[in-house]
Amino acid sequence: MEKKQYERPIIKSLNQGLMNKFGTRTEYMPVTHIDGVAVNELLQNYGSPLFVISERKIRENYRNAKRIFETRYPKVQFAWSYKTNYLNAVCNVFHQEGSWGEVVSRFEYEKALKNGVPGSKILFNGPDKMDDDLKVAIQNDSPIHIDHLDELYRLIEISNDMDANPRVAIRVNMDTGIYPMWDRFGFNYENGQAWDAINKIMANGRLRLVGLHCHIGTFMLAPSAYGIAASKMSELALQIKNRYGKIISYIDMGGGFASKNTLKGSYGLGADSVPEISQYAEAITSALLNAGFDNEELPYLYLETGRALIDDAGYLLGSVISNKRLSDGRRATIMDFGVNIMFTSFWYDHKISPAQEFGHHTEDCVLYGPLCMNIDVIRENVTLPPLKAGDHVVVHNVGAYNITQSMQFIALRPAVVMIDMKGQPHVIKRSEQLSTLEEGEVVPDYLSKFSL
Amino acid sequence: MKIRKNIAISDSGFLFNPSTGDSFSINPIGHEIVQMIQNEKSEIEIIDALTADYAIDKNTVEKDLYDFINMLKTHKLIE
Repeated sequence: MEKKQYERPIIKSLNQGLMNKFGTRTEYMPVTHIDGVAVNELLQNYGSPLFVISERKIRENYRNAKRIFETRYPKVQFAWSYKTNYLNAVCNVFHQEGSWGEVVSRFEYEKALKNGVPGSKILFNGPDKMDDDLKVAIQNDSPIHIDHLDELYRLIEISNDMDANPRVAIRVNMDTGIYPMWDRFGFNYENGQAWDAINKIMANGRLRLVGLHCHIGTFMLAPSAYGIAASKMSELALQIKNRYGKIISYIDMGGGFASKNTLKGSYGLGADSVPEISQYAEAITSALLNAGFDNEELPYLYLETGRALIDDAGYLLGSVISNKRLSDGRRATIMDFGVNIMFTSFWYDHKISPAQEFGHHTEDCVLYGPLCMNIDVIRENVTLPPLKAGDHVVVHNVGAYNITQSMQFIALRPAVVMIDMKGQPHVIKRSEQLSTLEEGEVVPDYLSKFSL
Repeated sequence: MKIRKNIAISDSGFLFNPSTGDSFSINPIGHEIVQMIQNEKSEIEIIDALTADYAIDKNTVEKDLYDFINMLKTHKLIE
């Protein structure tokens, strides 16, 4: 006789409390396949934990966002935000779709060049551009987005030395009605700093002011803020034309569109409450179209959307190490992945699904990572079926920032697999080995030996 | 180890403690265990019965059973 499937015995206290109109979602629907590939098979072949990226989802997201913007505005160009996820395979999917590169450091700049992005299609952002970085950007004709006055002055000096006329934009920060206001990057609109920088550029004549750039925040839940930003940027562009007769060729609205993740402390689930891309698009394109540009002088709209295009294309597969009971009776489950590779669990309540069938009984639990560190908490409170050691789970919406911000602490970082359009998995980053980490280490001779 | 006499247990795995007003739900395997405790089975007998019926090793069942019994004690359902 075949034995029955085992499920850990659980008892759950039924609390009568106030009704919660938002409710909580119980994750007992198993996710057994990603793009047609079995989760168990992936873990067996590539080890646990494992990042999995869906090429299909990336392309769908990109094409969807492109269509949404292009049906509202005639001149749109996306530039892939390298810092969101700079695995070369991921970047190249975006480049194949037509996306340029947007970088914020020399390291990222080199990566984009190496991937084959022409220098003229790499937008160079960020406050940390050293002299040598600026020289390389000038040589490659990359649009340089100036962040502060020191950079502006250095750029003029370097351009004079090189007898070059680089293409530049200034980064503008502004009050768009949201809190906190991001004013640490670029030049402020309201207090006249932006105009001051523009006047300096125009008076000097060495730099070619071709664009205006802004990035009003991250995980922005108010599309209207983008409308305000686009209006202010348009006004600036039109005033530049009025004062200097100079037509600004692009307005770069940066990134910051929210993904479907749930921010900690928010009432609703992200999937139900974050704005659709079309809402951001409507706010931005309406503002640009109504700003008063002549048709032939309508600026290009550049977008550096990162998170909203990649987050739901990334999954983290992992396994249960152990279950334990905390002193107050709460169930705790220890996973084989922690905040070291899931940095975003500090600010999101990530959706987590079991990867195998269970009954409909669930229990509340805390999910811990494997690190010997108290802050290694994946979810403070999540309702899951009774997982046992060795069971697998799928964490959703981890495509943005987790790979680029992962920490090498105590454990080696896992492999990353991309599932192609035909459902074929490819390793796009091998798991780390001890040798990977020790590659740059040097032990002086006198420390090479000891006896215990 | 006995389930308190006044605890009401439904066939669907719903427990009610009339002296405190607390109610609980248990999953099917938890329900089986409660029934075995009611039938005065020892812990070893329960472990043997579960490993005979379910595709699971003895260590896991033992660990889970003690945790479950502890929770029954915490909720004051056994005496």
